[in-house]
Amino acid sequence: MMETTMNDHVHVDNGHYAPAKHWDWREVLKLGLMGGGVSLFVSLVGMVDTFGKKDVIGGVISQGQVLLVLIWMGFGYLVTRRMSGHTPSRTVAGAALAGLVSSGMLVGLVLISEPINLRSVLVEASPALVEMLTLGLSTALGSVILLVAGAALAALGAALPLLPERIRRPLLPALAWTLGVGVFQDVLAPVLPRPISGFLFDNISGLSVLGAIVVLAAVAGATVLWARQGESVRQRADALPPDQKKMLRWAIIGGSFLLVAFMPQLLGKFLSEVLGTVGIYILMGLGLNIVVGYAGLLDLGYVAFFAIGAYVMGVLTSTGELGFGWSFWMAVPFSVLAAVVAGVILGVPVLQMRGDYLAIVTLGFGEIIRILVLSDALRPLLGGPQGILAVPKITLLGWRLSGPQQLYYLILFACLAAVFISRRLAESRVGRAWMAIREDEDVAEAVGIGLVKHKLMAFAAGAAMAGLAGAIFATKLGSVYPHSMKLEVSIWVLCLIIVGGMGSIPGVAVGALFMMGLPELLRTFAEYRLLFYGALLVAMMLVRPEGLWPEESRRRELHAGENNQVAGRPPGAQT
Amino acid sequence: MRQRLANLTATDIFLWVIRIAIIGLVVWGSATTLASGKYSAENWADFFIFGLSQGGLYALIALGYTLVYGILLMINFAHGEVFMAGAFTAFHVALAFGNSGFLDRNPVVALLVVTLVSMVTSVIVAVLLERVAYRPLRKAPRLVPLITAIGASYFLQYTFRGLYGSGISTYPDVAALKGEWIIGGVGILKTQAVVIVTSIALMVALYSLLRFTKTGKSMRAVAQDKEVAGLMGIDVDRVITITFALGGALAGAAGVLYALIYPQVHFFMGFVPGIKAFTAAVLGGIGNPVGAMLGGFFLGIVESLGPSLFLDGLGIPAPYQLKDVIAFSMLVLVLIFMPAGILGEQLYEKKA
Repeated sequence: MMETTMNDHVHVDNGHYAPAKHWDWREVLKLGLMGGGVSLFVSLVGMVDTFGKKDVIGGVISQGQVLLVLIWMGFGYLVTRRMSGHTPSRTVAGAALAGLVSSGMLVGLVLISEPINLRSVLVEASPALVEMLTLGLSTALGSVILLVAGAALAALGAALPLLPERIRRPLLPALAWTLGVGVFQDVLAPVLPRPISGFLFDNISGLSVLGAIVVLAAVAGATVLWARQGESVRQRADALPPDQKKMLRWAIIGGSFLLVAFMPQLLGKFLSEVLGTVGIYILMGLGLNIVVGYAGLLDLGYVAFFAIGAYVMGVLTSTGELGFGWSFWMAVPFSVLAAVVAGVILGVPVLQMRGDYLAIVTLGFGEIIRILVLSDALRPLLGGPQGILAVPKITLLGWRLSGPQQLYYLILFACLAAVFISRRLAESRVGRAWMAIREDEDVAEAVGIGLVKHKLMAFAAGAAMAGLAGAIFATKLGSVYPHSMKLEVSIWVLCLIIVGGMGSIPGVAVGALFMMGLPELLRTFAEYRLLFYGALLVAMMLVRPEGLWPEESRRRELHAGENNQVAGRPPGAQT
Repeated sequence: MRQRLANLTATDIFLWVIRIAIIGLVVWGSATTLASGKYSAENWADFFIFGLSQGGLYALIALGYTLVYGILLMINFAHGEVFMAGAFTAFHVALAFGNSGFLDRNPVVALLVVTLVSMVTSVIVAVLLERVAYRPLRKAPRLVPLITAIGASYFLQYTFRGLYGSGISTYPDVAALKGEWIIGGVGILKTQAVVIVTSIALMVALYSLLRFTKTGKSMRAVAQDKEVAGLMGIDVDRVITITFALGGALAGAAGVLYALIYPQVHFFMGFVPGIKAFTAAVLGGIGNPVGAMLGGFFLGIVESLGPSLFLDGLGIPAPYQLKDVIAFSMLVLVLIFMPAGILGEQLYEKKA
C-alpha cells in the first residue's frame, strides 16, 4: 500500500546517490488533499462541532480544535515519512504546503457556506460550525488564520520527528498526557482528591491554563528523570540476590492483587459500574474468542446466546407476573444450560459451512432470535417490546449485592473463572484440535480430528459464557429489554476481540477496556462511537490485523508474506 | 438403501427432522388459511404484485452482491450502505424538485435526474470502498476482508448520519404516480408498476452487457480466473472497479425505486434490504447474475405471501411483524440445505 516513489527521489549520479533535486510535488499535494478531505469529513459529520463543546484547556482550545490540530500535524508527520532523503528545511516546507492545502479546503467550505445555504442538505454546515472554524472572527480574518494555522501545524508535525532526541523524548509524552488529562476530565475529577482536581481543572471544562502547564512540566520532568535514572534502577533490580528478587516479585503481584480487589472503593460508583460493563463484555469476548479465535468459526449471531441467557434468568427469577421468583443461584445453571443447548442446536446445521456463509447464517439466527423476542407472538412468555421487569438483585448468604461496587466482585470472579477455563481449554487436546480446525479443516479431518464433536464443543463453550454474561446482565440491569439484544452487540464483541487480538486472552481484556470502557468514559464521543468502531476495524485490518496484543503465532501468520525477501541461498540448497 | 440408512449420522437425522418440520408447518399453515377463506383472490393478487415489486428491488441490490462475490469471493457487507447512500443523497434533489413544483410539471425528467444523482452517488461510494478498503486486502485470509466490510458498513452508516442527520426524511409524493392501473381485472399501483418495469429493464440491460459486450466478457473472464485473465491482457483492477461501479449503479437505481414505494429514507435503511438482497443472491446461486434476479423475485413473493399464507394459518398473532423472520429463515434454510442455490452456484473456485 505504501507506494515507493524512490525512483523519483534518488538520483544516481556517477554511481553515487545524490539527494533529489526536485520536490515530489505530487506526494505533497496528495497528502494535502487527503488531509483536507479528512478535515472536511470531520467537520461535516459534526465531530468538530460536538467535540468543540468541551475544552481541553479551558478557554484556550476546544476538543474540536484539537482534533483539527492533530489531523494537520498527523499529515505533516506523514510528509516527513514519505519524503525521506530531503533536507529538513525542504521537508518542513513541503509539509507546510500540504497543511496549507488541507486548511485551504476548510476555508473553501467556510467561503462557500456564506452565500449558499448548505444546511438543508448537510446538516452540520451551519453558521455555528463556520464560527468555530474562524474562531469567531470575521470571515476574511478567520480564513487567513485558518490557512496559517494549517500550514504551521503541519510544519510542526513534520518537524517533530526531526527534533533532537533530547527535546523530543520529554515533549511528546508531555503533550499526550496534557491532552489526556484534559479529555478525561469527567473521569479524573471525582477520583482525584479535591485540592488537586480543583487546581488542575477549570471550572467550566477542560484543564486550567496553570493546570496544563503543571501537567506538561511534570510529565516532561518525569520522562527526563526516568531516562537518566531508569536504567540504573533496572540494573539495581536485576543485580539483587535471587531471594530478594523473588520477594520483589511477590510484592508486585501482591500489590496488583490488592489494587484489583480494592478498585471499586478507589474508583467510586460510576467507574465501578463502567468496570462492571467492561467485565461482562470481557466474559462475552472470552466466549467468542473460543469460537472465533480458537476454532476459527465466525459467529455473527453471538448475541442470541446472550439473549437466551438473559431471558432465562429473567423468566426464572422475576418477581413480576412473567416470572417464577427463583433465586439467582438456582437460575444461573439453567441460564447457562439453555445457552449451551442453543449453541448445539445452532451448531449442528452449520457444521459444513465455511467462512462467509457461516457468518451470514449465524447473523440470520441472531436476527431471528431478536425479532422473535420482540414480537407479539411471544409476548405472553417474554414480554414483547417491554421485556421482563422486576428482576431481583442477587443475595449471597443473606447479603444483598446491591451496588455496582459489589457486583464488580461477582463479575470479576466470573471473568477469572472464564479465563481459567479458556486457558485450560486452549492448552488441552481440545484446544489443539480447535486450532487445527482453524488452520485447515480438511487436513484436520484427515488427521483424525472429529470435526462435529469439536465444532459443537466450541459453540457450546462460547454459548455458555455468553449465557452467563446475559444472566449477570439481567440482574445488573434489573430487567431484560429486547432492545439490548441487537446485532450490534455481536459486532461489538467481535470488534473487541479483533482489536485486542484474536485468540489471545490478554487481548480480549485490552479490547474490552479500549472499546467498551473508553466510550463510557468519553461521553462526548458517544454519538460517533460506531463511526469510530467502523473506521478502527477497517484501519486495523489494513495495518495490524493481528490486533493490539496478539498471540505470537497469529502475528507471524498474518504478516507471513512480508519478510520473505531474504537475500542469499536458503539453507540446504545446492549451489 | 440399507447402506445409506446405516451411514446416517445424528447430524443427518437432525437435519431431516428440521426439513420435515418446516415443510409440515408451511403446508399446514397454508392449508388452514386457504380453507378459512380469510383472504379473497383480490387480496392474493395484491400480495403477489407487491411481492413482485419488492422482489425487483431485492434483485437489483442482489446483483451487486453476486457480481462482487463472483469476482472476489467476498461478501460486500457494505453494499446495503451503497444503496442507502444513493437514496439518501438523491432525496435532497427530489425534495428540491418537489418544492419547486418541477416534480409535478415534468415527472419523467425529474425522476430521471433524481435517479441519476442516486446512481452516481452510489457508484462513487462503491468505487471508493473498493479502492480504500478492499483492494489492499486482496491477498489476505478470508476473514480479514469480511471484517473490513463490516467496519466499512458501520462507518458509512454513521458518516451519512453525521452528514444528513439522524432523522427520517420523506420523499415527496409524485402526483403522476398516484393511483392504480387496472390490468386484466387486477389493480396495480402505478408506483409498483414503475418499479417492476424499471427493475426488469435494468436487469435486461445488465444481462446484455454481461453477455454481449466486451466489458461483460472481461468481467466473466476475471470471475473465472483472475490470474489467467490478467495474463490474457485484461486489466483486472479496472474490471473489478467496473464491477463495483455497476453494482453501485444498480443499487442507486434501486434506491430511488425503493423511495417510490417506501418514501421514508434514513441512515439505517440499508441494513435490512442489504441482508435480504444477499439472501436473494444466495437463493438463486451466488455468482450467478440470472440467479440473483430470480432469487430476488422469489424472495419478494414469498415474503409478501408468507405471513398471510402460512403464519396466519398457524394462529400467530400479528404475523406481519415476523415478515423479516421469514426472510432470515429462508436465508438460513437455503444456506443449510441448498447452499448452491436454485440455479446453482456459478463459482469457478470452491469457496472453502
